[in-house]
Amino acid sequence: MNDSPAVLVHAKGLRKDYGSGEGLVRALDMVDLDVNRGEAVAVMGPSGCGKSTLLHMIGGLDRPSAGELSVAGRRVGELSERALAHLRRDEIGFVFQAFHLIDELTAEENVELPALLAGCTPGEARARATALLEQVDLADRARHLPSMLSGGQRQRVAIARALANDPAIVLADEPTGNLDSAAAFEVLGLLEGLHANGLTLVIVTHDERIAATADRLISMRDGAFVDETRLTGGSRGNLGTFADWERLS
Amino acid sequence: MQQEVVLAMLAKEPSHGYELRTRLAKALGPVAEGISEAQMYVTLARLEKGGLVARLDAPAQRSDRKVYCLTAAGQERVTEWMSDVSWPRPDLAEFHMKLVAAAQGGLADPIGLIDAQRRDLLRRLREVGRTVMKEEKDSDAALLLEGIVLRLQADLRWLHACEIAWTKRSTQK
Repeated sequence: MNDSPAVLVHAKGLRKDYGSGEGLVRALDMVDLDVNRGEAVAVMGPSGCGKSTLLHMIGGLDRPSAGELSVAGRRVGELSERALAHLRRDEIGFVFQAFHLIDELTAEENVELPALLAGCTPGEARARATALLEQVDLADRARHLPSMLSGGQRQRVAIARALANDPAIVLADEPTGNLDSAAAFEVLGLLEGLHANGLTLVIVTHDERIAATADRLISMRDGAFVDETRLTGGSRGNLGTFADWERLS
Repeated sequence: MQQEVVLAMLAKEPSHGYELRTRLAKALGPVAEGISEAQMYVTLARLEKGGLVARLDAPAQRSDRKVYCLTAAGQERVTEWMSDVSWPRPDLAEFHMKLVAAAQGGLADPIGLIDAQRRDLLRRLREVGRTVMKEEKDSDAALLLEGIVLRLQADLRWLHACEIAWTKRSTQK
Protein backbone atom coordinates (compact mmCIF):
# COMPACT_ATOMS: atom_id res chain seq x y z
CA MET A 1 0.00 0.00 0.00
CA ASN A 2 3.07 2.25 -0.02
CA ASP A 3 2.29 3.59 -3.48
CA SER A 4 -1.19 4.71 -2.39
CA PRO A 5 -1.88 8.41 -2.17
CA ALA A 6 -1.20 10.34 1.03
CA VAL A 7 -4.80 11.54 1.27
CA LEU A 8 -6.96 8.62 2.29
CA VAL A 9 -10.28 10.40 2.69
CA HIS A 10 -11.20 13.39 0.59
CA ALA A 11 -14.55 15.14 0.96
CA LYS A 12 -15.55 18.35 -0.74
CA GLY A 13 -18.93 20.06 -0.36
CA LEU A 14 -20.30 16.85 1.15
CA ARG A 15 -24.02 16.91 1.85
CA LYS A 16 -26.44 14.36 3.22
CA ASP A 17 -30.19 14.85 3.37
CA TYR A 18 -32.74 12.53 4.88
CA GLY A 19 -36.43 12.74 4.01
CA SER A 20 -37.90 15.30 1.63
CA GLY A 21 -40.16 18.32 1.42
CA GLU A 22 -41.07 19.71 4.83
CA GLY A 23 -39.60 16.66 6.52
CA LEU A 24 -36.17 17.23 4.97
CA VAL A 25 -33.29 16.97 7.42
CA ARG A 26 -29.87 18.14 6.31
CA ALA A 27 -27.57 15.90 8.33
CA LEU A 28 -24.40 17.08 6.62
CA ASP A 29 -23.98 20.46 5.04
CA MET A 30 -21.05 21.39 2.79
CA VAL A 31 -18.41 19.43 4.66
CA ASP A 32 -14.81 19.58 3.42
CA LEU A 33 -12.39 17.08 4.90
CA ASP A 34 -9.06 15.53 4.01
CA VAL A 35 -7.63 12.76 6.15
CA ASN A 36 -4.02 11.84 5.48
CA ARG A 37 -2.62 8.36 5.74
CA GLY A 38 -1.42 7.78 9.31
CA GLU A 39 -3.44 10.65 10.74
CA ALA A 40 -5.81 10.41 13.71
CA VAL A 41 -8.80 12.74 13.48
CA ALA A 42 -11.35 13.15 16.26
CA VAL A 43 -14.80 14.57 15.57
CA MET A 44 -16.78 16.02 18.47
CA GLY A 45 -20.15 17.68 18.67
CA PRO A 46 -23.56 17.40 20.31
CA SER A 47 -25.85 14.46 19.53
CA GLY A 48 -27.50 14.88 16.16
CA CYS A 49 -24.79 17.20 14.79
CA GLY A 50 -24.06 14.84 11.91
CA LYS A 51 -20.84 13.25 13.13
CA SER A 52 -22.10 9.67 12.91
CA THR A 53 -23.56 10.39 9.47
CA LEU A 54 -20.13 11.57 8.38
CA LEU A 55 -18.54 8.39 9.73
CA HIS A 56 -21.12 6.18 7.99
CA MET A 57 -20.49 7.96 4.74
CA ILE A 58 -16.70 7.56 4.97
CA GLY A 59 -17.29 3.90 5.83
CA GLY A 60 -19.41 3.31 2.76
CA LEU A 61 -22.51 2.52 4.83
CA ASP A 62 -24.38 5.41 3.29
CA ARG A 63 -24.07 7.55 0.16
CA PRO A 64 -23.75 11.32 -0.13
CA SER A 65 -26.72 13.36 -1.42
CA ALA A 66 -24.30 15.80 -3.03
CA GLY A 67 -20.62 16.68 -3.11
CA GLU A 68 -17.47 14.64 -3.59
CA LEU A 69 -16.28 11.83 -1.37
CA SER A 70 -13.44 9.49 -2.09
CA VAL A 71 -12.07 6.88 0.27
CA ALA A 72 -8.82 5.06 -0.52
CA GLY A 73 -9.02 6.44 -4.03
CA ARG A 74 -12.59 5.30 -4.70
CA ARG A 75 -15.45 7.71 -5.26
CA VAL A 76 -18.14 6.57 -2.84
CA GLY A 77 -21.06 8.25 -4.62
CA GLU A 78 -20.37 6.44 -7.88
CA LEU A 79 -19.82 2.91 -6.56
CA SER A 80 -22.32 0.10 -7.12
CA GLU A 81 -23.68 -1.67 -4.03
CA ARG A 82 -21.26 -4.48 -4.72
CA ALA A 83 -18.27 -2.16 -5.09
CA LEU A 84 -19.31 -0.37 -1.90
CA ALA A 85 -19.38 -3.70 -0.07
CA HIS A 86 -15.89 -4.41 -1.36
CA LEU A 87 -14.70 -1.03 -0.14
CA ARG A 88 -16.02 -1.84 3.36
CA ARG A 89 -14.59 -5.34 3.31
CA ASP A 90 -11.12 -4.39 2.05
CA GLU A 91 -10.37 -0.91 3.31
CA ILE A 92 -12.48 -0.13 6.38
CA GLY A 93 -12.44 -1.32 9.98
CA PHE A 94 -15.33 -0.33 12.23
CA VAL A 95 -15.40 0.01 16.01
CA PHE A 96 -18.78 0.69 17.61
CA GLN A 97 -19.88 1.96 21.01
CA ALA A 98 -21.81 -1.26 21.74
CA PHE A 99 -18.97 -3.54 20.49
CA HIS A 100 -21.32 -5.54 18.21
CA LEU A 101 -19.50 -8.83 18.73
CA ILE A 102 -21.32 -12.03 17.78
CA ASP A 103 -22.35 -13.54 21.12
CA GLU A 104 -22.21 -17.15 19.95
CA LEU A 105 -18.64 -16.91 18.66
CA THR A 106 -15.47 -16.88 20.74
CA ALA A 107 -13.18 -13.82 20.76
CA GLU A 108 -10.92 -15.59 18.28
CA GLU A 109 -13.79 -16.50 15.94
CA ASN A 110 -15.12 -12.95 16.04
CA VAL A 111 -11.73 -11.65 14.94
CA GLU A 112 -11.33 -14.32 12.25
CA LEU A 113 -14.59 -13.50 10.54
CA PRO A 114 -13.57 -10.36 8.57
CA ALA A 115 -10.32 -12.05 7.52
CA LEU A 116 -12.32 -15.01 6.16
CA LEU A 117 -14.71 -12.67 4.37
CA ALA A 118 -11.73 -10.84 2.86
CA GLY A 119 -10.58 -14.12 1.31
CA CYS A 120 -8.06 -15.54 3.79
CA THR A 121 -7.88 -19.32 4.19
CA PRO A 122 -9.10 -20.63 7.57
CA GLY A 123 -5.48 -21.20 8.57
CA GLU A 124 -4.45 -17.66 7.64
CA ALA A 125 -7.50 -16.21 9.37
CA ARG A 126 -6.71 -18.13 12.57
CA ALA A 127 -3.08 -17.00 12.50
CA ARG A 128 -4.15 -13.41 11.95
CA ALA A 129 -6.69 -13.57 14.80
CA THR A 130 -4.08 -15.03 17.14
CA ALA A 131 -1.59 -12.29 16.29
CA LEU A 132 -4.19 -9.53 16.68
CA LEU A 133 -5.49 -10.83 20.01
CA GLU A 134 -1.91 -10.84 21.20
CA GLN A 135 -1.54 -7.27 20.01
CA VAL A 136 -4.57 -6.18 22.05
CA ASP A 137 -3.21 -8.16 25.00
CA LEU A 138 -5.99 -10.76 25.04
CA ALA A 139 -4.18 -13.88 23.84
CA ASP A 140 -5.31 -15.70 27.00
CA ARG A 141 -8.97 -14.88 26.29
CA ALA A 142 -9.07 -16.19 22.71
CA ARG A 143 -11.50 -19.03 23.49
CA HIS A 144 -13.81 -16.93 25.66
CA LEU A 145 -17.28 -15.92 24.56
CA PRO A 146 -18.02 -12.18 24.68
CA SER A 147 -20.30 -12.73 27.70
CA MET A 148 -17.26 -13.94 29.66
CA LEU A 149 -15.32 -10.74 28.97
CA SER A 150 -15.40 -7.30 30.63
CA GLY A 151 -16.53 -4.24 28.65
CA GLY A 152 -12.96 -3.09 28.07
CA GLN A 153 -11.93 -6.56 26.90
CA ARG A 154 -14.89 -6.77 24.53
CA GLN A 155 -13.97 -3.45 22.98
CA ARG A 156 -10.38 -4.64 22.57
CA VAL A 157 -11.66 -7.75 20.77
CA ALA A 158 -13.76 -5.45 18.58
CA ILE A 159 -10.66 -3.40 17.78
CA ALA A 160 -8.76 -6.58 16.87
CA ARG A 161 -11.69 -7.53 14.64
CA ALA A 162 -11.59 -4.09 12.99
CA LEU A 163 -7.96 -4.76 12.08
CA ALA A 164 -8.49 -8.29 10.79
CA ASN A 165 -8.92 -7.28 7.14
CA ASP A 166 -5.81 -5.05 7.35
CA PRO A 167 -7.89 -1.93 6.64
CA ALA A 168 -6.57 1.34 5.28
CA ILE A 169 -8.58 3.21 7.90
CA VAL A 170 -10.35 2.44 11.17
CA LEU A 171 -13.55 4.33 11.94
CA ALA A 172 -14.63 4.39 15.58
CA ASP A 173 -18.03 5.60 16.78
CA GLU A 174 -17.92 6.46 20.50
CA PRO A 175 -15.48 3.64 21.30
CA THR A 176 -15.39 4.50 25.02
CA GLY A 177 -19.08 5.40 25.33
CA ASN A 178 -20.04 2.19 27.17
CA LEU A 179 -16.92 1.85 29.31
CA ASP A 180 -15.97 2.84 32.85
CA SER A 181 -13.00 5.11 33.34
CA ALA A 182 -10.32 2.42 33.71
CA ALA A 183 -11.59 0.44 30.69
CA ALA A 184 -11.80 3.65 28.66
CA PHE A 185 -8.11 4.25 29.31
CA GLU A 186 -7.30 0.67 28.25
CA VAL A 187 -9.01 1.30 24.92
CA LEU A 188 -7.51 4.74 24.63
CA GLY A 189 -4.00 3.40 25.15
CA LEU A 190 -4.59 0.70 22.58
CA LEU A 191 -5.87 3.14 19.93
CA GLU A 192 -2.99 5.50 20.65
CA GLY A 193 -0.49 2.66 20.23
CA LEU A 194 -2.05 1.59 16.93
CA HIS A 195 -1.96 5.15 15.69
CA ALA A 196 1.69 5.47 16.70
CA ASN A 197 2.33 2.43 14.48
CA GLY A 198 0.83 4.21 11.49
CA LEU A 199 -2.87 3.36 11.63
CA THR A 200 -5.23 5.97 10.17
CA LEU A 201 -8.12 6.69 12.50
CA VAL A 202 -11.30 8.74 12.45
CA ILE A 203 -12.98 8.75 15.83
CA VAL A 204 -16.36 10.24 16.61
CA THR A 205 -16.56 10.89 20.33
CA HIS A 206 -17.99 12.84 23.24
CA ASP A 207 -14.94 11.90 25.26
CA GLU A 208 -12.36 14.69 25.59
CA ARG A 209 -9.80 12.12 26.73
CA ILE A 210 -9.91 10.45 23.32
CA ALA A 211 -10.09 13.73 21.44
CA ALA A 212 -6.92 14.83 23.22
CA THR A 213 -4.96 11.94 21.70
CA ALA A 214 -5.83 12.86 18.09
CA ASP A 215 -3.67 14.82 15.68
CA ARG A 216 -6.61 16.96 14.76
CA LEU A 217 -9.90 17.75 16.45
CA ILE A 218 -12.93 18.81 14.44
CA SER A 219 -16.00 20.29 16.12
CA MET A 220 -19.35 19.90 14.40
CA ARG A 221 -22.71 21.59 14.85
CA ASP A 222 -25.85 21.28 12.77
CA GLY A 223 -24.18 19.19 10.09
CA ALA A 224 -21.22 21.51 9.54
CA PHE A 225 -17.64 21.87 10.79
CA VAL A 226 -17.41 24.85 13.12
CA ASP A 227 -13.87 24.52 14.36
CA GLU A 228 -10.71 22.64 13.67
CA THR A 229 -7.82 22.35 16.11
CA ARG A 230 -4.44 20.82 15.36
CA LEU A 231 -3.18 19.11 18.48
CA THR A 232 0.12 17.54 17.53
CA GLY A 233 3.36 19.45 17.39
CA GLY A 234 4.40 22.22 19.75
CA SER A 235 5.54 21.89 23.30
CA ARG A 236 4.54 19.00 25.48
CA GLY A 237 2.81 19.66 28.73
CA ASN A 238 4.44 19.17 32.08
CA LEU A 239 2.63 17.22 34.73
CA GLY A 240 4.13 19.39 37.44
CA THR A 241 1.91 22.23 36.30
CA PHE A 242 -1.28 20.36 37.22
CA ALA A 243 -1.00 20.94 40.86
CA ASP A 244 0.12 23.90 42.76
CA TRP A 245 2.83 22.80 45.11
CA GLU A 246 4.24 26.20 45.92
CA ARG A 247 2.48 26.46 49.22
CA LEU A 248 4.23 23.43 50.63
CA SER A 249 7.33 25.38 51.51
CA MET B 1 -0.41 22.13 49.07
CA GLN B 2 -0.94 23.02 52.68
CA GLN B 3 1.45 22.48 55.56
CA GLU B 4 -1.46 20.62 57.13
CA VAL B 5 -0.83 17.73 54.72
CA VAL B 6 2.56 17.13 56.34
CA LEU B 7 1.03 17.53 59.78
CA ALA B 8 -1.71 15.02 59.02
CA MET B 9 0.81 12.45 57.81
CA LEU B 10 2.55 12.70 61.17
CA ALA B 11 -0.69 11.67 62.88
CA LYS B 12 0.03 8.05 61.98
CA GLU B 13 3.32 7.97 63.94
CA PRO B 14 6.41 10.09 64.55
CA SER B 15 8.52 10.17 61.42
CA HIS B 16 11.43 11.86 59.64
CA GLY B 17 11.47 13.98 56.49
CA TYR B 18 12.71 11.30 54.14
CA GLU B 19 10.02 8.85 55.14
CA LEU B 20 7.29 11.48 54.90
CA ARG B 21 8.48 12.38 51.41
CA THR B 22 8.36 8.68 50.45
CA ARG B 23 4.82 8.28 51.75
CA LEU B 24 3.76 11.44 49.95
CA ALA B 25 5.31 10.17 46.70
CA LYS B 26 3.37 6.91 47.02
CA ALA B 27 0.06 8.68 47.53
CA LEU B 28 0.61 11.27 44.79
CA GLY B 29 2.47 9.24 42.20
CA PRO B 30 3.85 11.31 39.33
CA VAL B 31 2.27 14.45 40.76
CA ALA B 32 4.77 14.31 43.65
CA GLU B 33 7.63 15.03 41.23
CA GLY B 34 7.15 18.72 41.92
CA ILE B 35 7.90 18.30 45.62
CA SER B 36 11.53 18.05 46.62
CA GLU B 37 12.90 16.50 49.77
CA ALA B 38 14.36 19.90 50.64
CA GLN B 39 10.86 21.40 50.61
CA MET B 40 9.79 18.76 53.08
CA TYR B 41 12.62 19.69 55.50
CA VAL B 42 11.83 23.38 55.16
CA THR B 43 8.17 22.67 55.92
CA LEU B 44 9.04 20.57 58.96
CA ALA B 45 11.39 23.29 60.27
CA ARG B 46 8.61 25.85 59.88
CA LEU B 47 6.09 23.64 61.64
CA GLU B 48 8.57 23.14 64.48
CA LYS B 49 9.08 26.89 64.80
CA GLY B 50 5.30 27.33 64.93
CA GLY B 51 5.04 24.80 67.76
CA LEU B 52 2.94 22.35 65.74
CA VAL B 53 5.58 19.59 65.67
CA ALA B 54 8.38 18.71 68.06
CA ARG B 55 11.66 16.80 67.75
CA LEU B 56 11.96 13.43 69.43
CA ASP B 57 15.70 12.93 68.93
CA ALA B 58 18.99 14.61 69.74
CA PRO B 59 19.29 18.08 68.17
CA ALA B 60 22.72 17.28 66.64
CA GLN B 61 21.43 14.66 64.19
CA ARG B 62 21.40 15.01 60.38
CA SER B 63 18.35 16.75 58.94
CA ASP B 64 17.07 13.58 57.23
CA ARG B 65 17.23 11.69 60.50
CA LYS B 66 15.38 14.20 62.65
CA VAL B 67 12.28 12.48 63.96
CA TYR B 68 9.24 14.71 64.42
CA CYS B 69 5.98 14.15 66.25
CA LEU B 70 2.79 16.18 66.50
CA THR B 71 2.35 18.53 69.45
CA ALA B 72 -1.07 19.06 71.05
CA ALA B 73 -1.43 22.25 68.98
CA GLY B 74 -0.46 20.29 65.86
CA GLN B 75 -3.05 17.64 66.65
CA GLU B 76 -5.69 20.32 67.05
CA ARG B 77 -4.74 21.87 63.69
CA VAL B 78 -5.07 18.49 61.96
CA THR B 79 -8.55 18.00 63.44
CA GLU B 80 -9.60 21.44 62.19
CA TRP B 81 -8.18 20.70 58.75
CA MET B 82 -10.04 17.39 58.51
CA SER B 83 -13.39 19.10 59.14
CA ASP B 84 -12.65 22.07 56.86
CA VAL B 85 -14.81 21.95 53.71
CA SER B 86 -13.11 24.70 51.74
CA TRP B 87 -12.33 23.46 48.25
CA PRO B 88 -9.64 24.62 45.85
CA ARG B 89 -11.28 26.06 42.78
CA PRO B 90 -9.85 27.02 39.43
CA ASP B 91 -10.08 30.72 38.74
CA LEU B 92 -12.56 30.74 35.88
CA ALA B 93 -13.39 34.39 36.53
CA GLU B 94 -9.95 35.47 35.30
CA PHE B 95 -10.29 33.73 31.94
CA HIS B 96 -13.89 34.93 31.66
CA MET B 97 -12.74 38.52 32.20
CA LYS B 98 -9.98 38.04 29.64
CA LEU B 99 -12.67 37.25 27.06
CA VAL B 100 -14.91 40.14 28.11
CA ALA B 101 -12.01 42.64 28.12
CA ALA B 102 -10.70 41.32 24.81
CA ALA B 103 -14.09 41.85 23.17
CA GLN B 104 -14.84 45.22 24.77
CA GLY B 105 -11.41 46.72 24.18
CA GLY B 106 -10.84 45.13 20.79
CA LEU B 107 -7.67 43.56 22.25
CA ALA B 108 -8.07 40.12 20.72
CA ASP B 109 -10.63 37.82 19.20
CA PRO B 110 -12.34 35.92 22.06
CA ILE B 111 -12.77 32.87 19.85
CA GLY B 112 -9.04 32.86 19.15
CA LEU B 113 -8.32 33.04 22.89
CA ILE B 114 -10.72 30.17 23.56
CA ASP B 115 -9.09 28.07 20.82
CA ALA B 116 -5.60 28.65 22.18
CA GLN B 117 -6.73 27.80 25.70
CA ARG B 118 -8.51 24.69 24.50
CA ARG B 119 -5.44 23.48 22.64
CA ASP B 120 -3.41 23.92 25.80
CA LEU B 121 -5.93 22.02 27.96
CA LEU B 122 -6.18 19.20 25.41
CA ARG B 123 -2.40 18.86 25.41
CA ARG B 124 -2.42 18.65 29.19
CA LEU B 125 -5.22 16.11 29.06
CA ARG B 126 -3.25 14.01 26.60
CA GLU B 127 -0.23 14.17 28.91
CA VAL B 128 -2.20 13.17 32.02
CA GLY B 129 -3.95 10.44 30.02
CA ARG B 130 -0.58 8.94 29.18
CA THR B 131 0.45 9.15 32.82
CA VAL B 132 -2.78 7.42 33.90
CA MET B 133 -2.08 4.55 31.50
CA LYS B 134 1.33 4.00 33.10
CA GLU B 135 -0.01 4.13 36.64
CA GLU B 136 -0.98 0.98 38.46
CA LYS B 137 -4.76 0.58 38.49
CA ASP B 138 -6.50 1.17 41.85
CA SER B 139 -3.47 2.91 43.38
CA ASP B 140 -3.89 6.09 45.44
CA ALA B 141 -2.09 8.03 42.73
CA ALA B 142 -4.42 6.71 39.98
CA LEU B 143 -7.39 8.09 41.90
CA LEU B 144 -5.76 11.51 42.10
CA LEU B 145 -4.97 11.44 38.37
CA GLU B 146 -8.59 10.55 37.64
CA GLY B 147 -9.58 13.74 39.47
CA ILE B 148 -7.15 15.78 37.39
CA VAL B 149 -8.58 14.23 34.20
CA LEU B 150 -12.18 14.96 35.24
CA ARG B 151 -11.29 18.57 36.06
CA LEU B 152 -9.66 19.10 32.69
CA GLN B 153 -12.72 17.58 31.02
CA ALA B 154 -14.97 19.96 32.95
CA ASP B 155 -12.84 22.95 31.94
CA LEU B 156 -12.93 21.83 28.30
CA ARG B 157 -16.73 21.61 28.43
CA TRP B 158 -16.92 25.09 29.85
CA LEU B 159 -14.62 26.37 27.07
CA HIS B 160 -16.96 24.74 24.59
CA ALA B 161 -19.89 26.63 26.12
CA CYS B 162 -17.81 29.83 25.92
CA GLU B 163 -17.11 29.17 22.27
CA ILE B 164 -20.77 28.73 21.42
CA ALA B 165 -21.75 31.87 23.31
CA TRP B 166 -19.01 34.07 21.87
CA THR B 167 -19.58 32.79 18.35
CA LYS B 168 -23.24 33.73 18.71
CA ARG B 169 -22.30 37.21 19.94
CA SER B 170 -19.85 37.83 17.12
CA THR B 171 -22.43 36.88 14.50
CA GLN B 172 -25.13 39.05 16.11
CA LYS B 173 -23.05 42.23 15.76
